[in-house]
Amino acid sequence: MSDSVGIVTAQCARFDTPLTFSSGAVLPRYELMYETYGELNAARSNAILICHALSGHHHVAGVYADDEKNVGWWDNMVGPGKPIDTNKFFVVGLNNLGGCHGSTGPSSIDQATGQPYGSSFPMVTVEDWVASQARLADLLGIKRFAAVIGGSLGGMQALQWSLAYPERVANVLAIASAPRLTAQNIAFNDVARNAILTDPDFHGGNYYQHGVVPTRGLRLARMLGHITYLSDDVMADKFGRELRDGKYNYGYDVEFQIESYLRYQGDKFAAYFDANTYLLMTKALDYFDPAHLSGGDLNKAFARAQADFLVVSFTTDWRFSPQRSREIVQPLLHNRRNVSYAEITSAHGHDSFLMPHPHYFDVVRAYLNNVAKECA
Amino acid sequence: MSHDEINRLAAERPDFAAIAAWIPKGATVLDLGCGDGSLLRYLKETRSVKGYGVEINDLDIVSCLVNGVNVIQNDLDSGLADFEDNAFDFVILSQTLQATRHTEALVKEMLRVGREGIVSFPNFGHWLNRAQIMAGRMPVSRTLPYQWYDTPNVHLCTLHDFEAFCRRCAVDITARSVMMGEREIKLLPNLLGNTAVYRFQSGI
Repeated sequence: MSDSVGIVTAQCARFDTPLTFSSGAVLPRYELMYETYGELNAARSNAILICHALSGHHHVAGVYADDEKNVGWWDNMVGPGKPIDTNKFFVVGLNNLGGCHGSTGPSSIDQATGQPYGSSFPMVTVEDWVASQARLADLLGIKRFAAVIGGSLGGMQALQWSLAYPERVANVLAIASAPRLTAQNIAFNDVARNAILTDPDFHGGNYYQHGVVPTRGLRLARMLGHITYLSDDVMADKFGRELRDGKYNYGYDVEFQIESYLRYQGDKFAAYFDANTYLLMTKALDYFDPAHLSGGDLNKAFARAQADFLVVSFTTDWRFSPQRSREIVQPLLHNRRNVSYAEITSAHGHDSFLMPHPHYFDVVRAYLNNVAKECA
Repeated sequence: MSHDEINRLAAERPDFAAIAAWIPKGATVLDLGCGDGSLLRYLKETRSVKGYGVEINDLDIVSCLVNGVNVIQNDLDSGLADFEDNAFDFVILSQTLQATRHTEALVKEMLRVGREGIVSFPNFGHWLNRAQIMAGRMPVSRTLPYQWYDTPNVHLCTLHDFEAFCRRCAVDITARSVMMGEREIKLLPNLLGNTAVYRFQSGI
């Protein structure tokens, strides 16, 4: 495919300078998995950082030589001639700290004990991630990103970049995101966490030593999450009340197609994702609130920002609704930042941000074309 | 933007120059129904304004981004709730007034978020429109290019109508510029002008 970045190789960055987390915990050393696409220009001014959401990782685009079916999670968006154009930009994707795709996380071996970190892995926040991402930028020789881009939880990281390192990011693209979660959103996360925490195989987070995985909990967590990422209409269109056997069986096995779909998604996810990582990621979502140290005032919190912003939401997204995105726009207007806001008409709920959608792509492409001109 | 482009825009949209003439350098501007962002771009180039547009149309959002102007996607008829009181020096409604549904509420919102308002609209009282109605047909012209069945214009008015409306809403008109093409019309403006531009503020 000519519009793919093609075969890519994951790289591992090692950091031996201790990182102090928001919680006060210290990680003496850690590793971050990352991938890059495109060429860094001589002025080192064309770099874009992609921040991933709850279940994402560093494999953003392209395929692996030994696994051509493993296509990056945002391959429709990132590549030559695509909205995030690798002919113009040097694109960096990473797996966040606490993740389960190679970066140091709860399932990694703690050199101090020779055992997996498990429950001893520090609670990680969006602020901590952005601090670790800044160290990766240092390593890659990137003083200032042309743009930091993320959807959902990734959008929160992009926003945090503009607050923690105002002079190191020229543009922020926050897609299907929120300045902070609402009570309802935290509630969903808590139910998901409870599913994992109450699984008998969880063993207080140290299930690795017991040779088991809290699959049932993780599966339930994912099923719940999945429901909230889709819209009512899409579920109705895709499944309706369709029955797998065409008739009622009067039992608790899978009967409706939606049940079959959710169980399949849950099983698939539980087979590769780490339950501790899921707990950490949802907690990072809950904690993020740029205004929690400024009396809840987002206008004050965003006074530090110097970047230009593009905020994008999707009409049927009820987990991170358009209203939440407008709550990002308001403090930016208050602080007279350059900001544009697009509300994309899409049927796919929160998942829309990962879907190919011509108008959505036109919006991102138009914005980034001007960014490319600025940093050329 | 080149000089040629600025001149081209000014020729295409005569109300642009009239609006720009009232806006001091470096003012903050909100352009409601900003379309492809041409006016904001024009004001950015000629008046160095800090500007934002509000637009509902998807294609126009992309055009604004291409034009490098700030645009917030929103429906004007649902109000300006995203904007704080007195957030802007000027709130502009250029060639949009006639297409808004809740016109009175919107004019009040303009003067809540802005210290001054500017509107431009096609003058329905222009003789060409009157002549077409006299001939028994709905007017179609350069400033009113739509057929009756596909027009977005639900609230057309004349200069006299708008001025009476302002009196009723306690809105003080501070300046008026009436155009016929690029030419300013001083004599019989309600008959001879096809575009009206008003500057106003709250009368209370």
